[in-house]
Amino acid sequence: MYDVVVIGAGPAGSMAAKTAAELGLSVLLVEKRQEIGTPVRCAEGISKENIEQFFEVDKKWIAAEVTGAKIYAPDKTEVVMSEEMAGNEVGYVLERKIFDRHIARLAAKAGAEVYVKTTAVDFERKDGKVKVRLRRLGEDWEVEAKILIGADGVESKVGRRAGIIKTLRMDEVESCAQYLLTGLDIDERYTYFYLGREVAPGGYAWIFPKGDGSANVGIGVLPKIAKKPAKEYLDAFIEREGIEGKIVEFVAGAVPVYGEIGTAVSDNIMLAGDAAYHSDPITGGGIANALSAGYYAGKVAAEAVEKNDFSAEFLRMYDNLWKNDFGKKLRRNKKLQEKFLEMSDETINKLAASISGKNLKEMSVRAIVTELLKAHPKLLLDLKDVFM
Amino acid sequence: MPRKAVVNRRKCAYCGACIAVCPVDANELVETYLEIYEDKCNGCGLCSKVCPMGALAMVEVE
Ligand SMILES: Cc1cc2nc3c(=O)[nH]c(=O)nc-3n(C[C@H](O)[C@H](O)[C@H](O)COP(=O)(O)OP(=O)(O)OC[C@H]3O[C@@H](n4cnc5c(N)ncnc54)[C@H](O)[C@@H]3O)c2cc1C
Ligand code: SF4
Ligand code: SF4
Repeated sequence: MYDVVVIGAGPAGSMAAKTAAELGLSVLLVEKRQEIGTPVRCAEGISKENIEQFFEVDKKWIAAEVTGAKIYAPDKTEVVMSEEMAGNEVGYVLERKIFDRHIARLAAKAGAEVYVKTTAVDFERKDGKVKVRLRRLGEDWEVEAKILIGADGVESKVGRRAGIIKTLRMDEVESCAQYLLTGLDIDERYTYFYLGREVAPGGYAWIFPKGDGSANVGIGVLPKIAKKPAKEYLDAFIEREGIEGKIVEFVAGAVPVYGEIGTAVSDNIMLAGDAAYHSDPITGGGIANALSAGYYAGKVAAEAVEKNDFSAEFLRMYDNLWKNDFGKKLRRNKKLQEKFLEMSDETINKLAASISGKNLKEMSVRAIVTELLKAHPKLLLDLKDVFM
Repeated sequence: MPRKAVVNRRKCAYCGACIAVCPVDANELVETYLEIYEDKCNGCGLCSKVCPMGALAMVEVE
C-alpha cells in the first residue's frame, strides 16, 4: 500500500509527489500520457517570483525572459506595463515540455515511483483507504493508498466522481487555440495581450515570445458568447494583425475560469491545480497556483500520514493553506472577470485611454485595476472593496 | 430523434475541453484519443460548443 497515489504529472501532480516523497512518504505518480509534458496545453508564461519560490532556475526550461507587457484595447489603444529598470526581468516564458519533466524527475529523485502511459480508470473508497484501478497497455490492476491526490487537470474525473466539483458551465471555461510561430519580427522584451469582443469574445488573444523570433500566439474565448471555434478566432486574429510567421506547433486547450471552489477535499482525497479550478479567472494563468497547491497537498499528506487521519475534516488543513495563499485572488479575479464580460468594446477603449501613457511599474492585474480605480472611481465601484 | 456527439478524430487536438464540460461523464481522453460513450451521451451539445477545433458534431441517431 502507498501512502499517496497522485493522478496526473502536470505541475500540480509532480509538485505534490515531489513534496510528499521528500517528506518520507511512499508515493506513486501516475500519468496517462506516454510523454510527460506533451502535448503542451499552455502559453507558458509565469512570473519570475512564482518560479523562483520553488525552483532553482535552469536555462534548459526557460525559453525567454520578459520585462513587461503591452495590452491593446479593441481600438488599439496601448497600455504598457514595464519594470523601472531595464534588464530587470519580471516574467519567464517556459519550455513546458522540459519544465514538466524536470519536476517529475525531481519527484522521482525524491523517491516517488512514476508510471507513464498509465491511466487511473477508477477508484473506490473502502475501509478508510482508496483502491485505485490503473490501466497500462490494456492491462488492469489495483493499487491501494491512504490518500489520493487528483491532479488530473481540466479533464479531471477524480473531483467529479468524488463529488467535490461540478462540471464547468459555458461561462466558466475558456476554450483556447494557439500556434507556436517562428520567423516573427517582434520586440521580445514584452508579452502582448489583445482585448475585444470581435477579436476574442470573453477572453483575449496573446503573443508570448519564446526567443529567436518565435512566439506562442494564441487565443481564449468564452463558449457562452463565442460564435465560432477558438481556432477560427485565432486565424482571424493573425490575419487582422498581419502576423507573419510559420506554424511549427499547434496547441488546443481549456482553462477553468471558475473562481474559488468551496472545498478541494473529501475523505482520503485532495484535488490540486486545474482539477480544483485553481487557474486564474481573469488571466487564465494556472501554473503558479498548480505548483503551490501541489506543494500544500504534499505537505498535508505527510501530516495526515503522521496522524493517521485521512478524513475530510483533517484534510481541510489543505483547503486552509491554498485558500490563504490564493483563494482571495481567485474570488477577486472572478468578480473582475464578470465585470469584464459586461463591458462593451467602447467601455474597454475608454478605460484603456484613461490609463494609456501612465507608467505602470508593476506587471499585474492589480496594478491595472488600481490605476483604473483612480481614473474611474464610480464606474468600478463594486470592485473597490475587493481590490483596495 | 435523439442527438449524440460525434468526434472527427482528424480535427481533434486532444485538449480535454469537452471532458471538462460534459455533465454526464460520457467522454474521456484515453491516452491518445477521445472516446465518446454513446450510451451515456445525452445530446446536450455542450462539448461541441466548447471545442476549440470544431471537431465535435451533433448528429441524429435512431
Ligand atoms: C492555451 C492555454 C494557455 C495557457 N497559458 C498559460 C500561461 O501562459 N501561464 C500559466 O500559468 N498557465 C497557463 N495555462 C494554464 C496552465 O496550462 C494550467 O493551469 C496548468 O497546466 C495546470 O497544471 P495541472 O498540473 O493542474 O494540470 P495539467 O498540466 O493539465 O496536468 C494534468 C495531467 O493529468 C493527466 N491525467 C488526466 N487524467 C488522468 C488519469 N485518469 N490518469 C492518469 N493521468 C491523468 C493528464 O494527462 C495531464 O498530464 C494555459 C492553458 C491553456 C489551455
Ligand atoms: S453532447 Fe453533452 S452528454 Fe454528449 S458527450 Fe457532449 S457534453 Fe457529454
Ligand atoms: S474539445 Fe475538441 S479538440 Fe478538445 S479533446 Fe474534445 S474533441 Fe478534441
